[in-house]
Amino acid sequence: MSTVQQKLQELKEKNAHVNLGGGRDKIDAQHKAGKMTAHERLHLLYDQGFYDELFRFIQHGSTSFGMAGKDLPADGVVTGLGAIRGRLVYTSSQDFTVMGGSVGWMHARKICEIMDMALKAGAPYIAINDSGGARIQEGVDSLRGYGRIFYYNTLLSGVVPQISIVAGPCAGGAAYSPALMDFVIMVKGIGKMFIAGPEVIKEATGEVISAEELGGAVVQASHSGNVHFIARDDADAIEIAQTLLSYLPANNTEDPPSLSTGELLMIEDEELNRLVPDDPRDPYNMFEILQRIFDPGTIFEVQSHYAKNMIVCFARLNGRVVGVVANQPAEKFGAIDIDASDKASRFVRFCNAFNIPLISVVDVPGFLPGVEQEFGGIIRHGAKMLFSFSAATVPKISVVIRKAYGGAYLAMCAKSLGADRVAAWPTAEIAVMGAEGAVSVLFKTDIQNAPDPKLKRRELIEKYREEFSTPYMAAARGLVDAVIEPKNTRAYLSVALESLRSKRDLRPQKKHGLIPL
Amino acid sequence: MSDQQHTTLVIGDRAYETSLTKKFKQRKPYAPLDPKKVLCVIPGVIQKVYVKEGQRVQCDDPLFLLEAMKMQNDVLSHLDGVVMSIQVQVGQMPAKGQVLLEFE
Amino acid sequence: MSLVHKKIDLFRRKDRVIKGGGQKAVDKQTALGKLTARDRIVALVDANTFHEYDLFVEHKCRDFDMDKKQLPGDGVITGTGMILGYPVCIYAQDFTVAGGSLGLMHARKITKIMDHAIKLGIPLIGINDSGGARIQEGVDSLAGYGEIFYRNTRASGVIPQISVILGPCAGGAVYSPALTDFVFVVDKISKMFITGPEVIKTVLGEEISMEELGGARVQTEISGNAHFFASNELECFHQIKRLVSFVPWNNQKKAMSFPARPPKHKYDIERIIPAEPTKPYDVRDVVNAVCDHSDFFEVQKHWAANIVVGFARMNGETVGVVGNQPLVLAGVLDVDSSDKAARFIRFCDAFNIPIVTFVDLPGYLPGVDQEYAGVIRHGAKVLYAYSEATVPKITVILRKAYGGGYIAMCSRHLGADFVFAWPTAEIAVMGPEGASNIIFKAEIAEAPDPAAMRKVKVQEYTDKFANPYVAAASGHVDAVINPAETREYLIHALEISTHKNESRPARKHGIPPF
Repeated sequence: MSTVQQKLQELKEKNAHVNLGGGRDKIDAQHKAGKMTAHERLHLLYDQGFYDELFRFIQHGSTSFGMAGKDLPADGVVTGLGAIRGRLVYTSSQDFTVMGGSVGWMHARKICEIMDMALKAGAPYIAINDSGGARIQEGVDSLRGYGRIFYYNTLLSGVVPQISIVAGPCAGGAAYSPALMDFVIMVKGIGKMFIAGPEVIKEATGEVISAEELGGAVVQASHSGNVHFIARDDADAIEIAQTLLSYLPANNTEDPPSLSTGELLMIEDEELNRLVPDDPRDPYNMFEILQRIFDPGTIFEVQSHYAKNMIVCFARLNGRVVGVVANQPAEKFGAIDIDASDKASRFVRFCNAFNIPLISVVDVPGFLPGVEQEFGGIIRHGAKMLFSFSAATVPKISVVIRKAYGGAYLAMCAKSLGADRVAAWPTAEIAVMGAEGAVSVLFKTDIQNAPDPKLKRRELIEKYREEFSTPYMAAARGLVDAVIEPKNTRAYLSVALESLRSKRDLRPQKKHGLIPL
Repeated sequence: MSDQQHTTLVIGDRAYETSLTKKFKQRKPYAPLDPKKVLCVIPGVIQKVYVKEGQRVQCDDPLFLLEAMKMQNDVLSHLDGVVMSIQVQVGQMPAKGQVLLEFE
Repeated sequence: MSLVHKKIDLFRRKDRVIKGGGQKAVDKQTALGKLTARDRIVALVDANTFHEYDLFVEHKCRDFDMDKKQLPGDGVITGTGMILGYPVCIYAQDFTVAGGSLGLMHARKITKIMDHAIKLGIPLIGINDSGGARIQEGVDSLAGYGEIFYRNTRASGVIPQISVILGPCAGGAVYSPALTDFVFVVDKISKMFITGPEVIKTVLGEEISMEELGGARVQTEISGNAHFFASNELECFHQIKRLVSFVPWNNQKKAMSFPARPPKHKYDIERIIPAEPTKPYDVRDVVNAVCDHSDFFEVQKHWAANIVVGFARMNGETVGVVGNQPLVLAGVLDVDSSDKAARFIRFCDAFNIPIVTFVDLPGYLPGVDQEYAGVIRHGAKVLYAYSEATVPKITVILRKAYGGGYIAMCSRHLGADFVFAWPTAEIAVMGPEGASNIIFKAEIAEAPDPAAMRKVKVQEYTDKFANPYVAAASGHVDAVINPAETREYLIHALEISTHKNESRPARKHGIPPF
């Protein structure tokens, strides 16, 4: 019979053993590959390196394919909770040193338990992915594991923020979990996500491609749109996650964390009066406007590598968090295409779910034309933006900087989609279509019958532009509630945002809307 | 409409007898992009050519000015290099994917 | 003036408006195979049940000589009627009046009937046939469209919304149909696109006709924007009536019950699945073999045909059916089929329609184009849709159910209420060939005759794992049933699930992947 002292010693040893994960050698290999261990990542993520680990003594129960008796500390995933900048956050951190971080039933169960706790506590959940995938030896049980994880991701969706860090492989079905979460941060050169890997693809289609080219950070962020942030390394990924969290409420019943002092800083910025070029064809960098409107240094861009013609970012205005959607005239003419629609609409949905007011900054010439866009379903995808903005019940404020034509303008949250406030700069061109198109329809006969049709056309276009491509037609009908001097934009937004703090918008009861997918 | 003629599709190392969709048959297999080529990604008419053959450029230097939808956008270089050949001229409307410029 | 005189006056006024744009304009439409707006409504609703509102609405525009123009009904007909005894709100744009263009009052008529539909909790049907925004009315038409989209969104998931494209529907106008639940198109008549051929020619220099760009075939086969294809308008109305019979009035009700009828004899369920596991069969035969009167109403038949979705009845009650289709692309899941399935599942969930899923797939379609197109994001939608759904979810695993595909097709782990498997089911982490390449890699490599060893290992794995019993042993499958018992099991499961009540954490809405 062992003494109490011996039992205490036993606990010490067990703890030490589990802490080592797959062992010294595997830890060294992890470091050599430029990766931190599961524990090291958590240590960096949580305040003062403190986190309360749960379920560390979990053991797998599998016996087939050589699994019997196999020692897998914590079954390859470290789960726990702690404070990040003082706020409660739950995490799961896969341990690549333990059987490649493979997912068996108990591994998945731990993750689901932690997610369930996050759900009940109303606290954010962060998943650090670093795993070779399903533990094939456990057969259907590993599938059960993944299935449950996806189920919980869906359960938590829109209730607590979910952030996924891909700091290693995340292949096959595993990639679905990050896709179901709200934001994905991937470590460049190390993180990889794909459903079918290079070998599978080579066998099936004969295409030859490297893992990095197929599902590495750059491709996923800029091409496929599955990744929202690219991190230089583990430490950077963690910092991104911490910064992101600082903009988000703990759960959907709370407002985002405010740094407001109660004062509104209504600074006039003369530079804004000079930013828009005289020639309406000239682009400019939308960020120069955004940086002058929002609190300095608070703009946190999301998906910066994807659909660059649309900017989505978090920012603060007088300390209050806002979600910003803006066109970028310097990319693809600022037009909206399929990717831009997906990017903007998902962001809008996220902000709406988490009580983050939306500010839309508009300079859009239209939808990007093209057979490829049509066949790709721009109709379905563009509709998502209209849906997301219409359905949003958070405060919605729009500022029209320059171009605002047709359906593309509506998609950027026009008054008729329920925008609470819409301001326009004097440079705004709000019209159902551009002057050229309009004149061709309205003055067809006049142009045909003119002595010099080309000249007549040019004259009419100029005249139409003067009269209609302005904010005043819209203002006359109340579709715009103010035409403001650019330098006063911050002041306008500050007052608007403050006055909408207590906004209540009731909608007909439903399980959920049916956004076009 | 799916083609009713049955053919084989290999999934998971097993060959299934099935039919293929038109979309599937028309898909372009992956071919790695030549980094030395600048392709046309946005529609438009070439308004200006900023560089000359033999000129050395840096990443993000403007190469062309494209105009469409009553807007103008610059096509920027994605690498540091020397311009080898310019394959379009002012007034042209390149097709998507067309080579605009090649680096050495 | 006496009542008689006033009645005559009313008759005259009505008569003027009902003629729409006049006989010449009507003849032009007829030549194209198109019915007039009013005739369409009359053909669609039950006899003598159409009540028209806002017949005398007039536009108020004074610019660009508009004050000289009289536009009967401002180019749109709105009202209520009954379809198969169901009340519906309906509007139909009148192409003979200013090309059916949308101006302020035209839009107001539509939004008014939409508001009615939401308040009254009855389905909304919109017949689109319009040249687009009435440019003369400028921002007013733009705002008008916005008001319509806003209401489409408000109504989404509250009442079923149906769009019928019986003419041009271009530019911003296409978004209203895109926001609705089901889009009906007719060959050679429907034309849907954001930017039309002229703009594409100007901006891109590409030549393409309206039909090639956004005709009915393109929308049903390539872009997936439309759900039903008809060869002519009458066939289209017949399809609409059929659809209406399957869906409830609003999200607080269940769909109409019909008398239960057994499946037709010609579908012998035990003879559908071939003995050879690599040979295909039509999963619709299975559906027809179990559903009432073998009456399966397929949705989006021509797009992403590797998955089949549609409505059927079991014991008189509507169910939504999802099934992998081995006939096409071996029934794999890919980007398009994921979108198709996920959207259908969510519709069923929003409108209290139980979902029955038939599973037979080898996995996901490999390919660089799939990855680049975002199969990760899109595939996740199916996982999301099934997990989110709180309607009764019943799954029948017919044959292959490997790995991620098994999980995605409404497995127990995504919250299926009942999972049945046929004896032909193969539920495994991967197929025998793939598994052998991984699990038995070393053994095969070290064998004197690797090819022979591989064959042995594949057979070993097949014998041990390519069946439903391993999964059944862990309770992942509720019952292994004989194909002939499928209908009985489904009906029973559906019946006992009638009052299923499952809650989700309180939230405004979830955030599905886009």
